[in-house]
Amino acid sequence: MFAMATAALLVCMGLCLVRAVCGPTVFDRVLAVNSFGTKTVLLIAVLGFLTGRPDFLDLALVYALMNFIGTIAVMKFTRFGDLAGMEEEGG
Amino acid sequence: MEAFLDYSAWACLGLGSFLVLVAGLGLIRLPDFYTRVHGAGVTDTLAAASILVGLMLQSDAPLVIIKLICIALFLGLTSPTAGHALVKAAWLRGLEPWTRERAAEGVEGEEVTPS
Repeated sequence: MFAMATAALLVCMGLCLVRAVCGPTVFDRVLAVNSFGTKTVLLIAVLGFLTGRPDFLDLALVYALMNFIGTIAVMKFTRFGDLAGMEEEGG
Repeated sequence: MEAFLDYSAWACLGLGSFLVLVAGLGLIRLPDFYTRVHGAGVTDTLAAASILVGLMLQSDAPLVIIKLICIALFLGLTSPTAGHALVKAAWLRGLEPWTRERAAEGVEGEEVTPS
């Protein structure tokens, strides 16, 4: 059953990559990359169980943290042009 | 008891895999950015939760279960937040939503007016 979940996650990650490559706007690309990151967390967790090494969950936890921070940073960058200039545009 | 846990884990992982596939399809098939956020974001949260619950049912070490609960809590908090931030950034940037009328007029829903 872990193999089934792994296959589904891999297929969805492929579709996310297609959207990230041909997404018309920057927001589509960020959405696809964010979704890809969430799927990566799940894939690491499932792979840990598939190979019988649940220690992989630590990696999944770290990746979940990084993914969220990365998305917020990219969104702030596309909105304000830099990562610290929020005050000038009435933030 | 063992068989019951196995069947429950099967059901949770099957539901999660199905929702993951639906999210991928929605990301590809839906017409514009806002609908894609709906398709990907809404299913993402439940898919992550149900896959992680399925893994919890298969593990016996308490530490593993605690880690899985941490991941589930974190994903449940951050995935909707990231979706909200994305949509708000796109809206403030002036991305127009797709409607049938605008599509019939031949206006693409993908144009962003540079701010």
